[in-house]
Amino acid sequence: MTPSVLIVGVGNPSRGDDALGPLLIEQLETLWTQEQKGAPGGIELLTDFQLQIEHALDLLNRSLVLFVDAHVDCLAPFELTFIQSQTNRSVSTHALSPAAVLKVFEDLHQVISPPAFQLGLCAESFELGESLSPKARLHLEAALDEVLWLCQHPDPNAWKSRCRSVPPPHV
Amino acid sequence: MSTLETAEHPEGLRRIVIDPLSRVEGHGKVTLLMDDQHQVLQARLHIVEFRGFERFIQGRPYWELPVLVQRLCGICPVSHHLAAAKAVDQLVGVDTLTPTAEKLRRLLHLGQILQSHALHFFHLSSPDLLFGFGSDLQRRNIVGVLEAYPKIAMQGVTLRKYGQEVIRVITGKRVHGTGALPGGMNKSLTIEDIRYLREGIQEAVRFAQGAVELSKTLFQTHREQHASFALIHSNFMSLIRDDGALDLYHGGLRVKDAQGGMLLDHVDYRTYTDLIREEVRPWTYMKFPYLIALGKEAGWYRVGPLARINNASFIDTPLAEAARKEFMLEGAGGPVQSTLAFHWARMIEALHAAEGIERDLQDGDLMGPDLLVQGEKRFEGIGVIEAPRGTLFHHYVINEDDLVVKANLIVSTTSNNQAMNESIRQVAATYLHGQEPHEGLLNHLEVAIRAYDPCLSCATHALGKMPLELEILNEEGALINRFKRSA
Repeated sequence: MTPSVLIVGVGNPSRGDDALGPLLIEQLETLWTQEQKGAPGGIELLTDFQLQIEHALDLLNRSLVLFVDAHVDCLAPFELTFIQSQTNRSVSTHALSPAAVLKVFEDLHQVISPPAFQLGLCAESFELGESLSPKARLHLEAALDEVLWLCQHPDPNAWKSRCRSVPPPHV
Repeated sequence: MSTLETAEHPEGLRRIVIDPLSRVEGHGKVTLLMDDQHQVLQARLHIVEFRGFERFIQGRPYWELPVLVQRLCGICPVSHHLAAAKAVDQLVGVDTLTPTAEKLRRLLHLGQILQSHALHFFHLSSPDLLFGFGSDLQRRNIVGVLEAYPKIAMQGVTLRKYGQEVIRVITGKRVHGTGALPGGMNKSLTIEDIRYLREGIQEAVRFAQGAVELSKTLFQTHREQHASFALIHSNFMSLIRDDGALDLYHGGLRVKDAQGGMLLDHVDYRTYTDLIREEVRPWTYMKFPYLIALGKEAGWYRVGPLARINNASFIDTPLAEAARKEFMLEGAGGPVQSTLAFHWARMIEALHAAEGIERDLQDGDLMGPDLLVQGEKRFEGIGVIEAPRGTLFHHYVINEDDLVVKANLIVSTTSNNQAMNESIRQVAATYLHGQEPHEGLLNHLEVAIRAYDPCLSCATHALGKMPLELEILNEEGALINRFKRSA
């Protein structure tokens, strides 16, 4: 049975702060492995370099989705945002935005996409071969606590209450 | 080479910039210089990011490389993984893998080809081809295709997903997986893996057949435009199997000239430094490779699906071979030079990949226990593979401590650099001369570049990092108008 909550970490682990998404997923995996209980029931973790059309297939039968990614234009240390499907410029690129993935999902399956949120971790440096910047390290630490809270409260309304604001979908 | 590379008197000309290009991987831009009568006097494709791949690799222990280099590119990590693995095989003194290891690598590579080609054709190029190059921008994207052609779009997503599943099953993960090791592979497939992959393969072959038909029909229906659009005449380079068959994983280098004459054949790719040199030009970070024997002016060449189909004597899977024969009729006895024929050639390869996967999944060697071979350490290794976009070179030199002291990579997009520049100059001369530029016209330049499926890779796509900006400046260089979109 498909776990009802999907958390997707997006980014390249060898591109400085771009690693924030996959690192957060890795830390969750490590933590849950150390606690010898694996991922809490109903939660699936996934990482990828960037979002693409096939990720729309990963959203099927989910009740809640969280996209975690480095963000160059958000409030530090992170920003949780409720997102809705939208066609934006990213549908013309190799890297879709979370909102565009939702749109592809809806067009593919002809159903409304599951409630989805974007956790943007404030990032600044993306050089090949670099490790995380000191600031990004702090942001990751803070974001991990937030995601653990979200995992303990897998409910869209609870997640919405954690959004600092509800800005328009990323365009 | 075109005369539009450098304007004689660039001062005072109007400068138009498309930055970054959409539906290509990574960050590149096109600049045009136009005079008052909208005559294009200069057209260039620039790569604006210094990639520093070699620096990323130097100093690392060689056994890390097959995993590490996957992070160079978010689009074709498996190609870098396998090219590095082939180079590292030589560092550990291995020239021949076990049958199981080689078949697993080949299957992995076919999965990569299938998913990459499907993404490019269905997602990135079909909007131009189905709706028209200058059609409504709001519709000219995958969402527009989903709405207008849902069946085609679904087939594209399904093919892409199937290719990704082949990769996941073999390497354990969709990305950052570990399949190839120095001298072999780390695990074979189980019967359950094979049964699982067999479930979807017939559908994948059928969809790939449909994609060949669609790409062919689009080309033939619009032959007048497609055959001449961005048309250039080039040499073609690719790997080729000993018997002349298309081989995406291994072979000797074959180069044909613009008329189809054989310039090189079955050349050991480990001698590539004797064959190819890379020219640096001051206006872009991407180099311009050329065949030393022909010189800078005549020695540039194209790689990728069009080159491979033109170069292959045959394809060893029946449906793709039939499609190749039909494709080659367009060349009337010579190579097919139409830049938009890349799409058709790409889908023939996708069909070959699907057929190849179907065939290989019948092979019990995939479950064999012999995965690794050992040999005597060497200090230099060169791995070459036909990546989705073309011939990919990885070259490493290591020291006594097993650390990389020298690395050289020639990625396929670099090999196509001159060709892409020539193509946009042809388009600029044909479509933009005397015209007031607008988005639909400028998209014609992007259509030409997109045909090559270039990977200007940065593999970094943090949120908020991919704006599209178009600037129009007057003769004095002052900004007249700017359009900006975020992604």
